[in-house]
Amino acid sequence: MKFILYFLFLFFSVSMGGIGWWLERKLTARFQYRVGPPWYQNFIDIMKLFIKETIIPQGASRILFILSPLVSLSSSLIVALILITDYFFKQNFIADIIVIIYLLIIPSLFLILGAFSSANPLALVGAIRETKQLIAYEFVFIVSLVIVIIKTGGSLFLSEIIERQMLGNIYFKSFSGLIAFILAFFYLQAKLGIIPFDTPEAEQEIASGVMIEYSGALLGFWKISKLLLYFSLPLFIIFLFLPGKFVDIIIKYFLLILLITVVKNINPRMRIKDVLEFFWFFLFPLGLIGIFLAINGY
Amino acid sequence: MGLKEKILVKSLWVFHISAGSCNNCDIEILDCLTPRFDIERFGMQLIGSIRHADVLLVTGAMNKKSAPILKDLYEQAPKPCFVVAVGTCPCSQHMFKDSYNTISSLDAIIPVDVYIPGCPPKPEAIIAGIAKLINKLTNDKR
Repeated sequence: MKFILYFLFLFFSVSMGGIGWWLERKLTARFQYRVGPPWYQNFIDIMKLFIKETIIPQGASRILFILSPLVSLSSSLIVALILITDYFFKQNFIADIIVIIYLLIIPSLFLILGAFSSANPLALVGAIRETKQLIAYEFVFIVSLVIVIIKTGGSLFLSEIIERQMLGNIYFKSFSGLIAFILAFFYLQAKLGIIPFDTPEAEQEIASGVMIEYSGALLGFWKISKLLLYFSLPLFIIFLFLPGKFVDIIIKYFLLILLITVVKNINPRMRIKDVLEFFWFFLFPLGLIGIFLAINGY
Repeated sequence: MGLKEKILVKSLWVFHISAGSCNNCDIEILDCLTPRFDIERFGMQLIGSIRHADVLLVTGAMNKKSAPILKDLYEQAPKPCFVVAVGTCPCSQHMFKDSYNTISSLDAIIPVDVYIPGCPPKPEAIIAGIAKLINKLTNDKR
């Protein structure tokens, strides 16, 4: 019985991710006075990729090339499942926040490995950029999580963090919580590869970079993995900073997508040097201030 | 009309190849993405990598240097993949017919599905050409 529920949850998170991604595309189109794609566009795109031919390039390391989208997909599925079971069933295990951090790193890590294994110079450039970005944003996100954990009194249970905020004091309303939210928001933007931080996939410079050699079903697996991340990453951030009732969470998810889209549309693409400087020399000191405030109870 | 075609025509990803054109047709193709014409509402996207392509938009008169590259690109694209000749140059060599370094029109090199003549064709004409391609896909089975 519970397995059917899990599958329903996965179906729900895939469809929510698709709607969220569509909302981002549609809002971008509306910002540019265009009409934009219909709501089912991302699902149709993915279905189309599964009927196309899959090509494995000649010099590629076959096993890694095929395995990396599958590993990425499975780890993002597990993240979505952990988040939803945490919220609905209060079913959790010790230090599930740390497990989620690791599972969220895996898609990026295998994106890098897949790009390296595809034997393409542009993919190589993209993979190097993705590596640098990974070092930049994961560091800042962990600082932001430290603030949340300090505010919860050292608890590593996600459900405890949610419960404590449901009782009344939402972290978003305090100073240190707001700082942590800002850090997590830029992490979200960079992790999803949306415009100020889309250097690894820069279409105009390196022709979709890390994805360049992927085609057909393998690209489809990457897209589903990204679809799931589109839902589970904002969900994770909402759970950390402003949880509420289920309907509230869905509304906040769409608001977060709106915020991402606004930042996307008013910024140009950053160079990789600027990305590193932004995360290390601007957001990290901000995070240290946040930790200081959190220890002193602000 | 099968399910495959139904899905395929709703998300045509377009790859743009300039095989030695004068840039006029390329500018007109980019015009299709502007707010006035906006082909993204039909699910079409201009993409950067040949491995993601469903439609190859070829502009320009083929010369001796670009023809072998074009052939390679066609072989690298995952099938089913359709070719659209944009402008009079790839359709029928235009004024470069007797030139010393052009080889032939596009259909002698790779199979072409739709021809869009014009020098350059208007964005409306390009969208009409893609509509022709969609009609061709949905009516007869490949």
